[in-house]
Amino acid sequence: MGRQRGTEILVGLFMAAGFVALFFLAMQVSNLSAGASTEGYRLTARFSNVGSLKVRAPVTMAGVRIGRVESVSFDKDSYEAVVTLRIDPSVDSIPDDTFANIFTAGLLGEQYVGLEPGGSPDHLRDGDTIAYTQAALVLEQMIGQFLFNRAGGD
Amino acid sequence: MLLDGLARLGRSGIGAAERLGRAHLLLGAMLMGAGEVLRRPRLLSAQLYNIGVLSLLIIGVSGLFVGMVLGLQGYITLVQFGAAESLGVVVAAALVRELGPVVTALLVAGRAGSALTAEIGLMKATEQLSGLEMMAVDPVRRILTPRFLGGIIAMPLLAAIFSAVGVLGGYFVGVGLLGVDAGAFWSQMQAKVDFQDDILNGVIKSVAFGVVVTWIALFQGYDTVPTSEGVSRSTTRSVVHAALAVLGLDFVLTALMYGD
Repeated sequence: MGRQRGTEILVGLFMAAGFVALFFLAMQVSNLSAGASTEGYRLTARFSNVGSLKVRAPVTMAGVRIGRVESVSFDKDSYEAVVTLRIDPSVDSIPDDTFANIFTAGLLGEQYVGLEPGGSPDHLRDGDTIAYTQAALVLEQMIGQFLFNRAGGD
Repeated sequence: MLLDGLARLGRSGIGAAERLGRAHLLLGAMLMGAGEVLRRPRLLSAQLYNIGVLSLLIIGVSGLFVGMVLGLQGYITLVQFGAAESLGVVVAAALVRELGPVVTALLVAGRAGSALTAEIGLMKATEQLSGLEMMAVDPVRRILTPRFLGGIIAMPLLAAIFSAVGVLGGYFVGVGLLGVDAGAFWSQMQAKVDFQDDILNGVIKSVAFGVVVTWIALFQGYDTVPTSEGVSRSTTRSVVHAALAVLGLDFVLTALMYGD
């Protein structure tokens, strides 16, 4: 009987260790804890080109992450990309003349949304739209323009 | 002469088809007994001990070293591109997606699968299985099904432990010894490793490997030639077949999961 009980305790320990490992992987290694947050409020921004912006890409202000991209969709009437941002609830004082840019982290890095605050005393609320946006810089276009200008200058 | 060769080829083909058929009949019989075993958890816990608890040491130590090697190799490559902060992603994605399930399955095939084959094979050689049948006890349900279920349950847990220990090993080498920033290590990992795409798919893989490895091991034992030589051959075959099946199945599953 004692041996049987010892076996059961060890099996219990083994299974507990397995579940702890799974929990560790889910919480610490994957984005389950970071990506599943439904807290915060939503802002939308319309861009003429989002480049390769992905859902869950960071939204930063002054280089600090204050939210994430919740969805990227296409408006078939205005031919614009509609990006929904979910902003952390603690950041509730974004001026309503804030400028939204799509930046690239490094030359080959991921794209993210950078917000540059304006000077308006009124703040954006849940569901508001950011009026001023700057589309993503497409490297090929820039190189093309640069070459075109050089050729034209000579 | 030619006809003899053809006949030999045909005989081996028919033999292989027959073995495949017997293996599937055994799988069906084991699954039929699953409900009964779940109502008698004592049988199951003894097998979880054999397959799971006794494999913990080799799984933990292998996971630690695989993670440490990944950390070291990943760092050496990534630092050339100035991307040493991505070390966490490299270590975690490699472990959770591929190395965790596959290496765990190979280790379990060697550690527990061979033992299962030898055990069942010896039971058959010493006519213990026939003895059970004489007492109107179905040896498949009483002996094989608990081992089968034990393998299926133990494999994903062992793979999760392997991956978790491996990530910690990579953290130890990358952050502790090589000086990668700890915050970047974890935050990049959390940003890039997806729960559903990476971790759940890894668990699905290891469940599939658990089925395949224990099924092959049990069938090789159950189908053995009941002599000492037959048991030794079955044990070898069990490990070789399980390893090949795991690696082949891994490619198929990876193609299905990430190929789109």
